[in-house]
Amino acid sequence: MSLPDTFAQTMSGRAERPNREKVVRLNVEQASYAYSSGAQSAPTFTLSATSFQAHEREIVAILGPNASGKSTLLQLITGTIAPLSGRVELDGEETSRLDVRTRAQRIAVVHQESPAVYPALAGDFVLQGRYPYGRALRFANREDIEIARNALAQVGGEHLSKRTIGELSGGEKQRVILARALAQQPRLMLLDEPTLHLDIGAQVELLERLRQLSQENRYTVVVVTHELGLAAEFADQVVLLRHGRCLRVGSPAAVYQKELLEQVFDAPLDVELGPAGRPRVNLRARRGDEIT
Amino acid sequence: MRPLTLKRLLWTCGGLALLLLASVVLALKLGAVPISVTDLILDLGRIAIGRANELPTEYRMIVFDLRLPRILLGILVGAALSVSGASFQALLRNPLADPYVLGVSSGAALGSILALIIAPEFALITPLGAFLGAILTITGVYFLGRREGQLDSTTLLLGGIISASFFSAIIIFLMTTLAGRDLRGMVFWLMGDLSTPVSPAMQWIFTVGLLAGIGAIYSTSADLNLLLTGEREAAHLGVEVTRVKLVVYVSASLLTALAVSASGAIGYVGLLVPHIVRLIFGSDYRLLIPASALCGAITIVLADMLARTVVAPTELPVGAMTALAGAPVFIYLLRRGLP
Repeated sequence: MSLPDTFAQTMSGRAERPNREKVVRLNVEQASYAYSSGAQSAPTFTLSATSFQAHEREIVAILGPNASGKSTLLQLITGTIAPLSGRVELDGEETSRLDVRTRAQRIAVVHQESPAVYPALAGDFVLQGRYPYGRALRFANREDIEIARNALAQVGGEHLSKRTIGELSGGEKQRVILARALAQQPRLMLLDEPTLHLDIGAQVELLERLRQLSQENRYTVVVVTHELGLAAEFADQVVLLRHGRCLRVGSPAAVYQKELLEQVFDAPLDVELGPAGRPRVNLRARRGDEIT
Repeated sequence: MRPLTLKRLLWTCGGLALLLLASVVLALKLGAVPISVTDLILDLGRIAIGRANELPTEYRMIVFDLRLPRILLGILVGAALSVSGASFQALLRNPLADPYVLGVSSGAALGSILALIIAPEFALITPLGAFLGAILTITGVYFLGRREGQLDSTTLLLGGIISASFFSAIIIFLMTTLAGRDLRGMVFWLMGDLSTPVSPAMQWIFTVGLLAGIGAIYSTSADLNLLLTGEREAAHLGVEVTRVKLVVYVSASLLTALAVSASGAIGYVGLLVPHIVRLIFGSDYRLLIPASALCGAITIVLADMLARTVVAPTELPVGAMTALAGAPVFIYLLRRGLP
């Protein structure tokens, strides 16, 4: 078989083939990290060796209570910090070795909303996502404007472009921030507690949108969250962390076990299997009365 | 979406340059000795075709030996202060930051005075002393303004204002005890004044330093736009945060130092001008930096013109004029709330 044939087949076969034949995009291999106040002093926090792999179009949830090492793992993946041991690779390249600009072309990070010092128009804000592609003064060309406009349309925010960031509601702001990340045209999209300031309707909307976008644009999406319910509903893979240790990696159905989750989150829970093979988690008050 | 284009940038700056030219002509005309605009333009024409010696000597002296150098110095000082104000506002993510409010101007003034005391025989040492004073002050104020590893807007401003009054006290102390030394007046260092002429060598230093400083800051203007949304975010969008911050801190301190060693600590220009420019032209730093430089120049030229004329023949220090306009704006911004 000639080379173009193989290539064509790989391209067309991508959608139908099962997971195991997909390209590994993100490879976290025995990555560990330690924080300490000084070079000589004992570490104040350690993330012990963590491994998982993510493919394109996949949503990975990094799940755990506060201070479990979620943010550290996120920083390792973005490449802002280099692992003490092990490696974090995106398409075979170590993320911490990429220069800032290349990194910004491949990895988009969405943090919880940050306050704007001066009111910027939402449209201009989305255009910032084109920054890693521009030359010295980064004047936007027609293509950049087109990409930014499409990004805003993909999150259903065309009507927002003329409004300033300050006027937007929590959900609208989150959409605009997401659109800026889309304008980066990354391979990997990382979201840090994206649902924190959103009400439940906006949370579901955001995650449904992420699922759809990851399918359309072949992103790999990594979401850091402590929302058990949402992770169960939307993630293909769950990485469960506690006290800086990675306890489980697997599908929600495999990771969501009653005793394990109760121990990790230190709360009485019920886990049942939902209709689509996805687990459902119900919180139980300690007296036995159910609250969901 | 209406992103900034090169065309809009050039048109805006061209328009502001014309306004600057108009204010220069106005400032040449007005003063203790009034001169009509038509005469002035005709005379400028005569100079342009090389027939300057046909002009009356006394008149030529007033307009071109006294007023013009002072106006040119005002342009340099106004541009330097405004651009450094706009830069500090982006770096510190604080709309109230300004070299005067942050104490950087007073630090630079103290630096120049100390340099003059230590080595009075080197006239060129004042800008160097001013630069050291400026950079040490901004470093100090930056660390004063940090709380639990975060830059706190209010603490930062208080730190700056307190440093400014502390340095002013030292300046007053030095000026009083060392009276008799060849130091320029106390008003000059504390309030700012354009009446002291500057030697030609210094004029060159100022011009070159100003262009280098503004150029360096302008080369990072796209990065400053992103730094305003936060350092972490800027880094994730491909900004080399540490390099940009270093370049801009050093350049903004240099600009402040040049302005202060030429004209003393003129206040509030760095606060007032970028803020007005932002209201009119938006907050994109690629436009804000050159527009602030031009508007700052216009502001100082006009403020100095007023300082020369309102109570003529007595002159007011130009710093008094800028403080009259700047302090209310500062209070307005403060009341509107810090981010």
